[in-house]
Amino acid sequence: MSLERPDTVDDGAVEQTPDELEALLGDLVVDRDDHLNAPGFVIRPDTVQETLRTLKEQAGYDHLSVVSAQEYENRYESIYHLKKYDDPTQEVSIVVPADKDDPVSESAEPVFRTADWHEREAYDLIGIEYDDHPDLRRILLPETWQGHPLSMDYDKDRPQIATLPEHANPLEDHHKDAESDTMFLNIGPHHPATHGVLHLKTVLDGEQVVDVEPDIGYLHRSEEQMAQSGTYRHQIMPYPDRWDYISAGLLNEWAYARAAEDLADIEVPEYAQVIRTMGAEMCRIAAHMLALATFALDINGDFTATFMYAINDRERVQNLLEDLTGQRLMFNYFRLGGVVWDLPEPREEFFSDTRDFLDQLPESIEEYHNLITSNEVFQMRTIDTGILPPDVAKNYGATGPVARGSGVDYDLRRDDPYGYYDELDWDVVTEDGCDNFSRLLVRMREVEESAKIIEQCVDLLEDWPEDERNIQANVPRTLRPDDDTEIYRAVEGAKGELGIYIRADGTDKPARFKIRSPCFSNLQTLPEMANGEYIPDVIAALGSLDVVLGEVDR
Amino acid sequence: MSSDQPFITDDSQVVTETRDARMTGQGDRFNSRLREAFGSSPFILTKFDKFLNWCRGSSMFMLQFGIACCSIEMMHTYAVKHDLDRFGSGVPRASPRQADVMIVPGTIVSKFAPRMKRVYDQMPEPKFVVGMGSCTISGGPFQEGYNVIKGAEEVIPIDIHVPGCPPRPEALVYGVVKLQERVANGEASPVTVKPYELEEFSDLERDELVDKLADQIDDDELVMRYNFADSP
Repeated sequence: MSLERPDTVDDGAVEQTPDELEALLGDLVVDRDDHLNAPGFVIRPDTVQETLRTLKEQAGYDHLSVVSAQEYENRYESIYHLKKYDDPTQEVSIVVPADKDDPVSESAEPVFRTADWHEREAYDLIGIEYDDHPDLRRILLPETWQGHPLSMDYDKDRPQIATLPEHANPLEDHHKDAESDTMFLNIGPHHPATHGVLHLKTVLDGEQVVDVEPDIGYLHRSEEQMAQSGTYRHQIMPYPDRWDYISAGLLNEWAYARAAEDLADIEVPEYAQVIRTMGAEMCRIAAHMLALATFALDINGDFTATFMYAINDRERVQNLLEDLTGQRLMFNYFRLGGVVWDLPEPREEFFSDTRDFLDQLPESIEEYHNLITSNEVFQMRTIDTGILPPDVAKNYGATGPVARGSGVDYDLRRDDPYGYYDELDWDVVTEDGCDNFSRLLVRMREVEESAKIIEQCVDLLEDWPEDERNIQANVPRTLRPDDDTEIYRAVEGAKGELGIYIRADGTDKPARFKIRSPCFSNLQTLPEMANGEYIPDVIAALGSLDVVLGEVDR
Repeated sequence: MSSDQPFITDDSQVVTETRDARMTGQGDRFNSRLREAFGSSPFILTKFDKFLNWCRGSSMFMLQFGIACCSIEMMHTYAVKHDLDRFGSGVPRASPRQADVMIVPGTIVSKFAPRMKRVYDQMPEPKFVVGMGSCTISGGPFQEGYNVIKGAEEVIPIDIHVPGCPPRPEALVYGVVKLQERVANGEASPVTVKPYELEEFSDLERDELVDKLADQIDDDELVMRYNFADSP
């Protein structure tokens, strides 16, 4: 069956027990702080690099998912969540406490490139400083912001000043002579090709890009704070819809549902799992259709045929989702322990609508192949541009279609199964071109796989006995997970690994709610892909990353 | 009221020799409804302002401007199913200098507000703004956020609010058509109160915060000051 692990997994990912890891790390470990999902080791703040390098090189933990930072009554804490690309069920957390009065901790950036942005974010929102960090400054908030909003003593009502500066050329120092002909070019934050409010500080040498730096934070909507001030049971679920808002709502909701259900030990009925799986895959199709539409827009430059074709297919799948959930974009359909309501009545009509959609899908995918992937101009613009080698992708923590377009065989639906995925027959799509074209191709082929999954779910749901249609588990009215339980759980969102870290403090609200968004890590790879290329290739590379700024900035 | 016709045409029953003469030997294409409306002569009399308002209302150039979730629905509004172009208002322009309507589709946060104001300022007069969605109206679900501006109206004046989270494309179409009606009737809103303006840093009142930032910010740099405690 397709869900069998590929051969590489058996070779690469030897599983170590927590005790073996502790022995490997030896004196570096100060204490144990196990999380629900993984063993946790407390280390001293000056041994971060050594610890992570040991784990990366000797134990194979090559994927730094996220750095969660938080403040306690008596200390600051950064947690490095490590996984293996070959087997993401093997996890380990490295907990780094920092001094309350002078929170300084060693940077992990020399070991994992992806830690650069994650640590800047921790500095920005919590206030932990990272020694040796190459560029420690605010990332999401304006640089003149006062205070760190997720720290304990932050005063929300204090006045703030945001500047509107002329951006200076970051390469000017390198070209001191007057003959230098580099040019500084702002792309965004209002620009049709940036897929939202992203600002690219670009330096050109002639027509070539010598430096590009994504400047984010123009849509930082305090999502983590919003989740921390909501109760587990009902008040958090509406927010996930608004992270990756390209209709990937159910996929995001699943990320929260999975973390919270594991935290509170809730078992979801099988019937609800099948509905969840079906709905999530519909969302994936809708999200990939828009990725395709806007990518064609970036390449062709206007509201042209491909955009309209793809939006047309998106409308169809959105209609199905609207029938299912009652909403068009912000579904709010999952509940902890199940879904909010059963399939729409009459069920036969819903099933036949879904089948109609699936029946015409191969034909429209054929159309897309005729329209774009086989178009020579399109191929010239995308093949061999925006190269992202697999080891670079891994170092930056890239996941989803971006990693799979670089041949990294990593998909949490198969590697860390949840929902009903492991009962169904489908394949993980990878392409090894490492370029803009393969990333698009991965998305298009994934749409076909999603269609396969939906079809199997429809078959299952059609034959489900009427008296066993249980959409909700018994969930206590108020959820109060035990004090100081911590969990990190991820699902495969439309853009990649979407993870949630929650620390409970015994109340009905999370004490810390950290979102690991795939786009945040994926966007970090843009300079790697764009430096040395031409300006239109930067636009193509950005389009092929398929970033959603709501998720990058949160 | 705004639902009135933009202008009243002449009675179409006027038939004259002149018109008959014009039509002799011509094809049907000259025999249009408009020709009937014009009656005997190809002239209409109206006020210049009224005429220009009608022109404005009938060809609105939208700024291609995406911020957040609402912009997805905005894209759907332009695309196949809803097709805002049917109403003479679906020409998305990538440059603010070519646009006269800005749809603000999403949450405005502190870092973005001055940039949005700059884009708005770059649009030529007369310009109109449609506020799309709850965030643009009030901050919406993120109103309690530490970084969120409580509505675009804190920064730029807004003519029409379209509520929803996000509003369906139909709702946006309705909002835009309502705006067109108002524009055609010369009823666009006056500029509303703008508590936050872009100011030069040196023009700010010298308080503790300004003193603290004085060595970081240039005196003639434009800044926006947010007083979160006083905003609604």
